[in-house]
Amino acid sequence: MSSKQDHNPLCVQVTYQHLKTSTFSLDVDLKLPNSGVSALFGPSGSGKTTLLRCIAGLEPNKQSSITLNGEIWQSGTKSIYSPAHKRPIGYVFQDANLFPHLSAKENLQFAIKRANSAQPIISYKDVIRLMNIEAILSQYPAQLSGGERQRVAMARALLIQPKLLLMDEPLSALDDALKQEILPYLEQLCRRTSIPIIYVSHSLDEVIRLADYMVVLDKGRAIEEGKTQSLLGKLGTSFSRYQDASVVVSGAVTRQEPKWGLSWISFDNQTIAFKQGDEKLGDLIRLRIQSKDVSLALSKQDNSSILNRLSVLIDDLERDPKDPSMIMVRLLAGTTTILAKITTLSAHNLRLEKGQTIIAQIKSVAVLS
Amino acid sequence: MTLSPDDIAAIWLTLKLASIVTVLLILISTPIAWWLARTQSWLKGPINAIVAMPLVLPPTVLGFYLLLFLGPQGAMGQLLAKIGVSPLPFSFSGLVVASMLYSLPFVVQPIQNAFIAMGDRPLEAASTLRASPWDSFIHVAVPLAKPGYISAAVLGFAHTIGEFGVVLMIGGNISNETRVISIQIYDHVEALEYGQAHTLSLLMIVFAFVVLAFLYSTQKRQKSKGLTGGLL
Repeated sequence: MSSKQDHNPLCVQVTYQHLKTSTFSLDVDLKLPNSGVSALFGPSGSGKTTLLRCIAGLEPNKQSSITLNGEIWQSGTKSIYSPAHKRPIGYVFQDANLFPHLSAKENLQFAIKRANSAQPIISYKDVIRLMNIEAILSQYPAQLSGGERQRVAMARALLIQPKLLLMDEPLSALDDALKQEILPYLEQLCRRTSIPIIYVSHSLDEVIRLADYMVVLDKGRAIEEGKTQSLLGKLGTSFSRYQDASVVVSGAVTRQEPKWGLSWISFDNQTIAFKQGDEKLGDLIRLRIQSKDVSLALSKQDNSSILNRLSVLIDDLERDPKDPSMIMVRLLAGTTTILAKITTLSAHNLRLEKGQTIIAQIKSVAVLS
Repeated sequence: MTLSPDDIAAIWLTLKLASIVTVLLILISTPIAWWLARTQSWLKGPINAIVAMPLVLPPTVLGFYLLLFLGPQGAMGQLLAKIGVSPLPFSFSGLVVASMLYSLPFVVQPIQNAFIAMGDRPLEAASTLRASPWDSFIHVAVPLAKPGYISAAVLGFAHTIGEFGVVLMIGGNISNETRVISIQIYDHVEALEYGQAHTLSLLMIVFAFVVLAFLYSTQKRQKSKGLTGGLL
């Protein structure tokens, strides 16, 4: 992210009270980066979809203020309110929400006809290729699978040439097999377009794979926000207690050994090996490291089978309040955070304490992109 | 079983009346149905009731009050006389006005149900695709409500063809002006011309069957395409 973009973020200040059920209210004041993917993450009922609908102008609440790049979409104090159809957004609904009376192609044409043609961001050809929907364009929504419908919906949202793309849990209505089918398209979309994206999800896995920046919502309040990478490593946040608490490290591929089928990335004077895929030297790779796959040792054991052994500094330790037998250790490899979930007994036996230098052994990593 | 020139004239008059009434009703029912489907106003209940009243009132009651209201002594009758419009009772125009009132619920309700069934979601999708409310209405709501419109048109048309009481009260029995099929059948029976009454009555039965069979069979097809609204 360049500093110029930092000066013109998406400012969202929303106070919202549901008209009928007074039990839920939303009160957030966010400054989101205007590039890359920002995730709104939280359990169901946390208000993330309502917040997204407020940004889109689909939820009437005139007292809130929303600004993108200094362009005021609504302002409670200045009595400005542009309705949804005047906001330069694309919106991907949870269940695609294609027009059933139009074929896939006609659904796309509906967007093209009304698109912001003054500032085209992406071409029709690119969208069709990105979503791989050439073959299904003549079909009607009722004839398409859930995954195909969602791909057409994403294409339609892109073809309106939005300045901001809003996605409301686009994978949640799909079963696991379809999710795996769609995720690569979604990752492509997030990496290839220059359009900033706000992505709503309750799946940490999706957030880790897709988002650069995240906001954690709970009961209508933003309880944490920051870069995904640093937020994931932060102890005491609600999700470091998740079973699959994990961090993401990124770096360029600096070494490849086809003989062993391995590649290495470097970051902060550290290297991590992973199973070789189709990446090339110099490619930027993101690896996910789950806290349960990291064990700690006091010295480098050269007789260990574990390949990835990093010298790290203990930054913090925190007992899991729900499971006192486990402890989460935050480690710093240079400036990169790594989490290790180990038993409290081991931490006691090893006399682990803050500031100590120690060896982190990483059993496995997953390549994200 | 042959049709007399009078019978044929009655058939043409009926078809002309039903066509004009259907077209006019579709036009005025669309905004009423849209408003009823989407409003939160307290007026929704009363307006719904007014629209539905012709369903339960005897046609003679409607015809009676229309006669008083549109007649030379009635409020509307005097107003129309002032601007030089000839009195509506016992004229084809009067029949059109009366039939529109009488068939109103049959046209409003299927369209209203179609608008309700589609919900907010297609319109929300349209608004995120930069479609103005009017654009969304024309290109999303109306096409999605197509089955509702088909039901409304067919029911409005068929119901107008089947009316008797209102016509008798306000239209009377004037050849080529107000003598529709149902009146013609009544005349034949009064005159003990049972053969001619049979011919016209059978025609009506066949017509009613064809219309309803068409409605029910198209409805199934439309539903499978994800379109909304309909008869029931």
